[in-house]
Amino acid sequence: MSASLLLDQVTMRFGGLVAVSGLDFIVNHGEMVGLIGPNGAGKTTVFNVITGVYKPTSGTVSLGDRVLNGLPAHRITRHGIARTFQNIRLFGSLSVFDNVRCAMIPGLRHGVTSALTRGPAHSREESRLRGEILELLAIFDMSGAADSPAEGLAYGDRRRLEIVRALATRPRLLLLDEPAAGMNPTEKSQLIELIRFIQKKFDIAVLLVEHDMKVVMGVCQRIVVLDYGKKIAEGTPEEIRRNPLVIEAYLGGEVADA
Amino acid sequence: MDWGNFAQQLVNGLSLGAIYALIALGYTMVYGVLRFINFAHGDVFMIGAFAGLYINRWLKPFFTGLPEALSTAVVLLLSMGACACLGVLIEKLAYKPLRNRSRLTVLITAIGVSLFLSYSAQLIFGAAPKGFPNLFNSTTHDLPGGASATTEQFVVLGVTVLLLAALRWIVLGTRMGLAMRALSNNPAAASLMGVNTDAVISFTFALGSALAAAAGIFFAMLYQAIDPFMGILPGIKAFVAAVLGGIGSLPGAALGGVLIGLIETLVVGYSQDIGIPSGYRDAVAFVLLILILLFKPAGLLGKSEREKV
Repeated sequence: MSASLLLDQVTMRFGGLVAVSGLDFIVNHGEMVGLIGPNGAGKTTVFNVITGVYKPTSGTVSLGDRVLNGLPAHRITRHGIARTFQNIRLFGSLSVFDNVRCAMIPGLRHGVTSALTRGPAHSREESRLRGEILELLAIFDMSGAADSPAEGLAYGDRRRLEIVRALATRPRLLLLDEPAAGMNPTEKSQLIELIRFIQKKFDIAVLLVEHDMKVVMGVCQRIVVLDYGKKIAEGTPEEIRRNPLVIEAYLGGEVADA
Repeated sequence: MDWGNFAQQLVNGLSLGAIYALIALGYTMVYGVLRFINFAHGDVFMIGAFAGLYINRWLKPFFTGLPEALSTAVVLLLSMGACACLGVLIEKLAYKPLRNRSRLTVLITAIGVSLFLSYSAQLIFGAAPKGFPNLFNSTTHDLPGGASATTEQFVVLGVTVLLLAALRWIVLGTRMGLAMRALSNNPAAASLMGVNTDAVISFTFALGSALAAAAGIFFAMLYQAIDPFMGILPGIKAFVAAVLGGIGSLPGAALGGVLIGLIETLVVGYSQDIGIPSGYRDAVAFVLLILILLFKPAGLLGKSEREKV
């Protein structure tokens, strides 16, 4: 099994604040890994470092045998990492179709010049693209909404569209930042099914940041626990559930002692 | 009421409005992707007019025997290309290094760039106004209703409509346009979906600057004189037009430009009847700006942005 994503001694400092410190972990091809920790533990910072929003102060992030740190965000996306956001960030006024299309376009060869000449290659590609988008929307049961603006969707649908849009970049690794936030229990169980389905259907690795333990335990094969920017534990859901350090980090020292 | 005179004012107002509309589109597009007002835009308009003057002068020997429509198109397109390069250069040198600073920093830089361009032009071209040559044979055409329009006015209106159609196609029909719209919706999400935001921003500056160059040449064609400070007032009025239409909205900018042009012309044309001295023509736009900001800050076609909590 080849390492898909590898973080090696990654440290991220903002001025005097160390948000992430000497973090190592790997996500193997096709694996589902959870990244958990109390508020402010540095989970979203880790996502931002992996996706190129921040450049790590030291250490390396690599995907396969390619070192990613220092690359701009859009290049990293093209190398196969896609993400969703804790607070939904769709292109609100664009249609559902265009939201997905926008994520697919950067992988294509034909730009403005070929659009101007409207060559046969361009129109072939354009119709293939259209087919793929509609197919993707159909998989997620969103075909009916293809032409409506994204901002008009219901909350759960907007979360789903973010996942569809991320998948449209054809990732090898999908980062989900608190996908269950704001969902009710029914929606959460559907989400668990959805994530499992995506992992199988698209044969990708998933790195999941989530507060809801039911979702994390239900989805992940392995869990990495962060506290104050450091990895304090790593293991299967069962191991993590019993780890005293994790219990302490989440519940505070006194309670764990009691 | 003298309908002939009114129709004449409409023709004059529309051709002036077309120019404001072209400039206003540049303001609104840059605002769309970067959320700041590029106050150097009026000076790109001025450079466009000078580019037209010199390109026409240099290429004159090659134009003999060519139809005038073709030579005019060559001058127009080359000037637009030159200003597109200038716009990209301004963005790369002056604004890009400040991408993550506060918007106020960029805004002040834009004013600096504006002054730099005006005074550089003064240094290079001289302060005295230069005559702008006729690019084609012009006559006056009678219109129904007693008004008349010059060939220049026809060209200005016709080409503006073409440019607006082309812009609409680029924004709504091409991948680059989709990337522009995505970026203006959410820059962070766009780059994380693989959109090369720097390239899209450069393209936006190129597009806006090319339209400003066309406006500069149209302005020079109508008024037949250009000078290094000609960009200031039209630039500011076009900014008002963009705000009137709703900053960030392309149809809004076009509509706002036409409205400002019409209102300005009508106020001057009927200054005696309405009791506003024609010397106040430049004040009209600013009074409008104050009224918009008081009563409809989102503009005519703009969407009021809800603050997210």
